[in-house]
Amino acid sequence: MAELLEVRDLFIRYETVDGVVEAVNGISLKLDKGSTLGLVGETGAGKTTLAKGIMRLVPNPPGKITKGEIIFNGKDILKLSEADMRKVRGKEISMIFQDPMTSLNPVMTVGEQIAEVISIHEKVSSKGAMEKAKEMLEMVGIPAERAEEYPHQFSGGMKQRVIIAIALACNPSLLIADEPTTALDVTIQAQVLDMMKKLKDKLNTSMILITHDLGVVTQTCDYVAIMYAGEIVEYGSLRDVFKNPQHPYTNGLFGSIPSLAEDVDRLKPIKGLMPDPTNLPKGCKFNPRCEYAEEICRCQSPETTEVKGIHVVKCFKAQGLV
Amino acid sequence: MEKVQKKEKTLFQESWRRFKQNRLAMVGLGFLGLLTMISITTTIIDVVTDNRVYDTYVISQNLVMRLKGPSAEHIFGLDEFGRDIFLRMLWGTRYSLFLGAIGILASTIVGGTLGAIAGFYGNAIDNIVMRFMDILLAIPSILLAIAIVAALGPGLVNILIAIAISYIPTFARVVRAKVMSIKDQEFIEAARAVGASDARIIFKYIIPNSLAPIIVQATLGVAGAILSIAGLSFLGLGIQPPMPEWGAMLSNARTYIRDAWHITVIPGLGIMLTILSLNLVGDGLRDALDPRLKN
Amino acid sequence: MHKYVLKRFAMLIPVLIGVTFIVFFILALTPGDPVTIILGDNATAENIAKLTEELGLDDPLLVRYGRYMLNLLKGDLGKSYSNQLSVADQILERFPNTFILAVAAILVALIIGIPVGIISAKKQYTWLDNTFMVLALVGVSMPVFWLGLVLVIVFSLNLRWLPSQGMGQGFMGILKSLVLPAVSLGAGSAAMVARMTRSSMLEVIRQDYIDTARAKGVKESTITIRHMLKNALIPIITVVGLQFGQLLGGAVLTETVFSWPGLGRFMVEAIKKKDTPSVLGSVIFLSVAFSIVNLLIDILYAYVDPRIKSQYKVQSALGRRRGE
Repeated sequence: MAELLEVRDLFIRYETVDGVVEAVNGISLKLDKGSTLGLVGETGAGKTTLAKGIMRLVPNPPGKITKGEIIFNGKDILKLSEADMRKVRGKEISMIFQDPMTSLNPVMTVGEQIAEVISIHEKVSSKGAMEKAKEMLEMVGIPAERAEEYPHQFSGGMKQRVIIAIALACNPSLLIADEPTTALDVTIQAQVLDMMKKLKDKLNTSMILITHDLGVVTQTCDYVAIMYAGEIVEYGSLRDVFKNPQHPYTNGLFGSIPSLAEDVDRLKPIKGLMPDPTNLPKGCKFNPRCEYAEEICRCQSPETTEVKGIHVVKCFKAQGLV
Repeated sequence: MEKVQKKEKTLFQESWRRFKQNRLAMVGLGFLGLLTMISITTTIIDVVTDNRVYDTYVISQNLVMRLKGPSAEHIFGLDEFGRDIFLRMLWGTRYSLFLGAIGILASTIVGGTLGAIAGFYGNAIDNIVMRFMDILLAIPSILLAIAIVAALGPGLVNILIAIAISYIPTFARVVRAKVMSIKDQEFIEAARAVGASDARIIFKYIIPNSLAPIIVQATLGVAGAILSIAGLSFLGLGIQPPMPEWGAMLSNARTYIRDAWHITVIPGLGIMLTILSLNLVGDGLRDALDPRLKN
Repeated sequence: MHKYVLKRFAMLIPVLIGVTFIVFFILALTPGDPVTIILGDNATAENIAKLTEELGLDDPLLVRYGRYMLNLLKGDLGKSYSNQLSVADQILERFPNTFILAVAAILVALIIGIPVGIISAKKQYTWLDNTFMVLALVGVSMPVFWLGLVLVIVFSLNLRWLPSQGMGQGFMGILKSLVLPAVSLGAGSAAMVARMTRSSMLEVIRQDYIDTARAKGVKESTITIRHMLKNALIPIITVVGLQFGQLLGGAVLTETVFSWPGLGRFMVEAIKKKDTPSVLGSVIFLSVAFSIVNLLIDILYAYVDPRIKSQYKVQSALGRRRGE
C-alpha cells in the first residue's frame, strides 16, 4: 500500500516564560493511503501539538519544531516555504479542530466559509465556488438553502458538519480530526462519526483521528497509536493493540473503562497525574506512575521495539528487561 | 494525592504584589506621591507663613523681568508677569490634584450609591435612575461641566460641583453593572436565607465585591477630571488668575507664544505627566485587581 | 431592521426632552439680569420693565420652559442677549465648521489608530508593540489644548508650514488650516482607538476560527482583514462613538486655541458675555448631534454583526455606555 505520510523523529517545544514545554518528543509514525490512524492519549499528551506540527500551524513564537522530518507524498513538508505550505493546507491536508461552537467565523455565512477554501485552491469563479460549497453542504446533510445563514443559526452538531464540509471541500488526501466529537452530545456524536466514515470511504481520504475516547477508536480506526508525554508508547493495528496490549499505560487505559459486563466496587484509574511538560521525568516518562517500574526505567528511556509485525512498543517490561 | 501548599493571602495583598511587578505603574505611583507631597508642603507653608511666600513669589508681579526663558536661577523661566514658573507650578499642584480627587470622590459616592440602588432593586427604580443617567449621558461631559460653570460662575467650588456632576453617570453605570452581576449569585441568596437585611447585604457583601472596578474607574476619573479642570481654566471659565492652576497658566500663553515657548510647554508638560501617572496607575490597578482581564 | 431603527429613534425623543429641561434649568440659575446686559448701563427703569415683560422673564420657570420648547419646535431658539441676532441662525452658521473639524479629527483617529492597533496586536510583546502602546498612553494623557499649542509652536512658528489661526479660504486653504486643529483634536482619540483595536484584536487572534482559517490555507493578510478585523470591529465602533462625545467637548478647546470659527468657540464667548440663550441653544444642539451619532452607530452595529441584525436586539450604544 502506498505510504502517504511518514513522520520521522519529530520534536516540538514551546519556549515560554514559565519554562520550556517539551510537547512532542521524538515521534515517528507512518500512515498508508486510505487508512485511519487513531491517536489516543489523555489531555496534555501532545496530540494537538503533533497535529498542528503536521500542518505547520504551531504558533511561533513560542512554538518551535526543533528536529525531525515530515514526509508527505514523498516531500518533506517541513522544508517547504510558507507560500507552498499554504497550498498544501486545505487542499492536500485538512484539519478540523476540537470545539465546533467556536471554530466558525461568526461574521461570515457558512456558504462563504466553505467557498473560501475552494476559491483559494481551485480555479473557479466565485459563483462556481459557491455552487460547489452548496454541494458540500448537501453532502454533509445540510440543505443548500442554508448556505446564506450564519453560524449562530446552527446547532453544535450542524456546525461540526459545516466544518467537515470545509475540510473535505477540496478533497484532501489526509484529514486530521482533533477530537471532532468530544464537544457534542453522544447521539450527535454517533451521527457525525457515521457521516465522516461514509465520506472518508467515498472520497478515499486517509485520516488521523485524535481522541481520548477508546470507543470512538474501535468504531473508526484501522491503526492505533497510544501517546504519552509527547511520545508514542505503543502502536499497531486496532486488533494488535486491543487484543494484545503491551505497554502498562495502554493496559491502564483499557482497565480504567467501566465494564458493562461486570459489577465492580471501584473503578481502576491509573494512579498519579500527567507529568508537567516543563519538567518531564528522567528515563521512561511513564515510570513514576508505573507499577512495574524498575531501576532501569528510571535511568534510561526505552527504545521502540517490535512486538509482532507492525505492532511496536516502547517499554522495558514489554521487552522483557524488567 | 499531592498536597497543594499555598500561602493564604488576602485580595489586597495579592493585588498589591501584582501591582508592584508593574514597573511603569510603580513609577506613576511614585510621581503621584511626589505631587501629593508637594501639594501638602505648599499648603503648610502657606498656613505657617500666613500666605507671605505665596504673595511674594507666586502672585506679585515683576514686570522688569517678564518672559525670560529658563535659566540657572529660574529653572522653568518667568511668565508674562515676571513670576517664577517653577514656583507657580509647585503651588499649582494642589489645585489639580486635590480638586480632581475631591470632585471624583463626591462623584463616586453619589453616582455609586445611585448605581447600587438601581442595580440592587431593579425594575421601576432602576428605570427611573437610568433614564436620568441617560439624559446626563446624552450631553457630552465637558459641555455639561461648561454649562454648570456658566450658570454658577467660575471659581474653585463651582468647578468642583461641575466636575462631580458630570462624572456621576460614569460611576452609576459601573456600580450598577457590577451590582447586577453580583446580586444574583448564590452567596447573596445564602445571606438572605439567614435573614440579612437589604442594607446589610449592600454594605457588607455587594459593595466590598464591587470595589475593584470602582477603584480603577476612580483613578482614571481623576485623570479626566484634572483634564477638565485644566481645560475649563484654560478657557477662562475655571480657576481664575492669579491662582497658579496649570491650565490657567496656559490661557495667556497664546498671546506670548511667539516669544516665550516655555510658558506654553512647561505647565502643559506638568499636566501631561500627572495624567500619564494616573493612567499608568489606573491601568496597573486594573491588571492587578483582575489579571484575567489582562491580555 | 426598520422596526429597530424606529424603535431606537422613539427612545431618543424623551431623552432629548429631558436634556432640554435639565440644561434650561441649570442655565436659569445664572445670576445677573439679562435685561441689563442687553440694554447696557444706561437703561432707564422704564425700558427695563418693558423688556422684562416682553421677554417674559418675570414668569415662573416652568412657563418659561414651556415657551422655550414651543419655540424650539418652530425652530426658534431665541435671540442673543449680546447682539440681538437669532441664536438659531448663528448656530447653523457655525456648526458646519465644528462638524468639519470633528469629522477630520475622527478620520485622523481612525487612519492612525486602527492600523497601529492591528500591528501592535499582531506583533504583541515586540519592541514595536511596546513603543506604540507607550505612545498611545502618552497620547491619551495629553491635554488637547496643550497639544494644539505645541503643534502651533513647531509647525506654524518655527517651521512655518501651516497656519495657526482661523479657517482658510478655498478648498486648499481650508485643508491647510484644518491639519493642525484636526491632529491636535484627533490625537487623543487616535490613541484611544489604537488601544481598543489592539485589545479587541488580541481577543480575536486567539479564537479557534482563526486556526480554522489558517488550516484552510488562507493568506495571512486576508486573515487579518476578513477574519480578525471584521470580528474585532464592534468594541472599536463603540469606542469611536464614545470618542465623538469627547471630540465635541474637545472641539471647544481646539477652536479656542486655533481661533476656529465653530460652535464651540461661539459657546465660550457667549458664556463670557452672559448670553444665556446662545449657550442654551449650543449645548442642546450639540447634545442632539451627539445622540444622532450614537443612533447611527447603533445601526452600524447591526450591519457589522449579523448576530445583532437577526435578533433585532435592542442593545444600544446607550446600553453599552451604561455597561450592559
